[in-house]
Amino acid sequence: MMVTTPRTDLRVALFATCFNDTMWPETPKATVRLLERLGCRVEFPAAQTCCGQMLTNTGYAGEAVPHVRRFVDVFGDYDAVVAPSASCVGSVRDQHAMVARRAGDEGLASEVEQVAPRVHELSEFLVDVLGVTDVGAWFPHRVTYHPTCHSLRLLRVGDRPLQLLRAVEGIDLVELPGADECCGFGGTFAMKNSDVSVAMGTDKAAHVAETGAEVVVAGDNSCLAHIGGILGRQGAGIRSLHLAEILASTREDPA
Amino acid sequence: MSGPPVQQTSPTFVGMPSFPEAAREALANTQQRDNLRNATHTIRAKRAAVVAEVPEWEALRVAGADAKDEALTHLGDYLEQLEASLTANGATVHWARDADEANAIVVEIARAKGVDEVVKVKSMATQEIELNEALEAAGISAWETDLAELIVQLFGDRPSHILVPAIHRNRTEIRDVFLREMAKVGRPAPEDLTDEPARLAEAARLHLREKFLRARVAVSGANFAIADTGTLVVVESEGNGRMCLTLPETLISVVGIEKVLPTWDDLAPMLQLLPRSSTGERMNPYTTMWSGVHDGDGPQEVHVVLLDNGRSHVLADAVGRQALRCIRCSACLNVCPVYERTGGHAYGSVYPGPIGAVLNPQLRGTASEVDQSLPYASSLCGACFDACPVRINIPELLVELRGAVAEQGGHRAESAAMKAAAWVLSDPKRLAVAQRGATTAGRLIGKRTITKVPGLGAWTDARNVPTPPKETFRQWWAREHENPGEQS
Repeated sequence: MMVTTPRTDLRVALFATCFNDTMWPETPKATVRLLERLGCRVEFPAAQTCCGQMLTNTGYAGEAVPHVRRFVDVFGDYDAVVAPSASCVGSVRDQHAMVARRAGDEGLASEVEQVAPRVHELSEFLVDVLGVTDVGAWFPHRVTYHPTCHSLRLLRVGDRPLQLLRAVEGIDLVELPGADECCGFGGTFAMKNSDVSVAMGTDKAAHVAETGAEVVVAGDNSCLAHIGGILGRQGAGIRSLHLAEILASTREDPA
Repeated sequence: MSGPPVQQTSPTFVGMPSFPEAAREALANTQQRDNLRNATHTIRAKRAAVVAEVPEWEALRVAGADAKDEALTHLGDYLEQLEASLTANGATVHWARDADEANAIVVEIARAKGVDEVVKVKSMATQEIELNEALEAAGISAWETDLAELIVQLFGDRPSHILVPAIHRNRTEIRDVFLREMAKVGRPAPEDLTDEPARLAEAARLHLREKFLRARVAVSGANFAIADTGTLVVVESEGNGRMCLTLPETLISVVGIEKVLPTWDDLAPMLQLLPRSSTGERMNPYTTMWSGVHDGDGPQEVHVVLLDNGRSHVLADAVGRQALRCIRCSACLNVCPVYERTGGHAYGSVYPGPIGAVLNPQLRGTASEVDQSLPYASSLCGACFDACPVRINIPELLVELRGAVAEQGGHRAESAAMKAAAWVLSDPKRLAVAQRGATTAGRLIGKRTITKVPGLGAWTDARNVPTPPKETFRQWWAREHENPGEQS
């Protein structure tokens, strides 16, 4: 039974993230549909760009300072910022202050610290802020969930995504063996150490296939592109889908 | 009798290729991958089980990190206190700035004793300075007595793990090397040796026994050096350490300066954290502690070589210094998905795995190809930080070191690409223009699968590429929402 908790009092901004905006628009679209269905007023501040994680994690933290500045300017006034990406939320909460301090900008660092606690990954926002686990979704497929490293160890979302998935009508949720092991994407790691990355991803893909799932779901499209890219090359016939798309899925508008 | 096989192949890490190159070779070794997978998963599960049964584990981690931080913050003071306590206990303290100085000190002591062999307790510090090679050059054989180190030495191989240096070998390979090599350096292995672990251990025990009983000088490291009592501590599993630390007349211990702990009480968290994190045991079988010389009991001449070898340099770095908390437990190696697949040799150092990826570039600098590549030898999955008993934030350090490597300006093409990406991604109008390229491609490709993209072979050799959409999210939003919530 779906519990609706209209939160029209909250000014919610969608941080689509540049990867999703460009390559996986269905994910932020699903996030909007889902949040609106739950009674939120969602805004998309068009001045947003990118969190700068790729730059910071490749060793170019200095180049990421304008991204941090922009993030604070664009999102600073909202009650809540929601992103369908654990990795990008992790970058904001875990790295933005460090990037500002490294550049000697203490003022920016303290602005980051004001906004960072209001930046939520989708499952955190649904469970902790809206207080819902049954979001009224329908998805009659066999699904396995891969907890991405940044969901698991940086944001500590715990079993929130599983709580949400378990409440989806019609879903056949199966446990993924070795779920907490990294898929091997790792940003530029996937290119710089492509052999190790593929070795890790091949093992992850094998675990996914073992479950007999039709769909592998996660909270980060970047990891899914890697796992799905390997599954696709193997012709495994397993779809990869972002959590938002399953949670937004209904009988009228199935994913 | 000839010396140990180690000197014939002279296994040093000089001239190692970059990590990705060495990793490619390691990945192709399917036997080694099976060995590593089995070993790391077994020890991972054991560690998880014994850590889960300690409700105050997080408090212990904090206590361990605090004790180390206190020692490192006032390192000069505690080292002077340690020297004074050790000297008062009858030990002789030597200071070594680098590997050459430390090796020269040990060689000189051994020569003064007139010996042509020493027995060794497993020690990372002596491997770091390549003491065995230095002793060999001086005509002194160094016999490793830890079972796994013995195996590595008989292979003429390099260790591939801090705690389980022969992790990349299986027991059939070990039986074969015992049969082939033991006879060349001492008591032969029994001809009917099988690959049963108990038989292999028995063969090693008999082989080592004559060395323990004959040796007049032993060389060890130390897990901890207690400043207020002048006590050195060695934690081990096999009892070989106890033999080396008590039987020979002379004991030389090479100890990294970061091993100092302020007080005896600081051992309490450490002796709980270390065995559970390393071997997955509640308590290690042998803990030997000695405070200088005791008349008629144990070694009658005790030397302690305090080794810097780059540690002061690490200490000077505000972010980097947390790596000096490391107690060499190997928990980070055992949980690392990269280490699990490549093994230790690809890291080009006696310190492999996540801790090696941060420690080596700090201790040795980032001049060599392998040291420049190590900070990138991680997917930043964070499993190492979770497992570390002294809370070293390895992912944070890796990112910091990547910054140091990038600032060196070695990767010109990458630097240009990152600056271009930063320029595009820092402005929504520029981003929208760049996105048009993707959506144009998306419209042209339609529903076809992308299996090849020029210049992206590192991705497309094994992975399909997601097909770009016909419309970006921001285009959709602008179309759907007449009054977008723009901020600027």
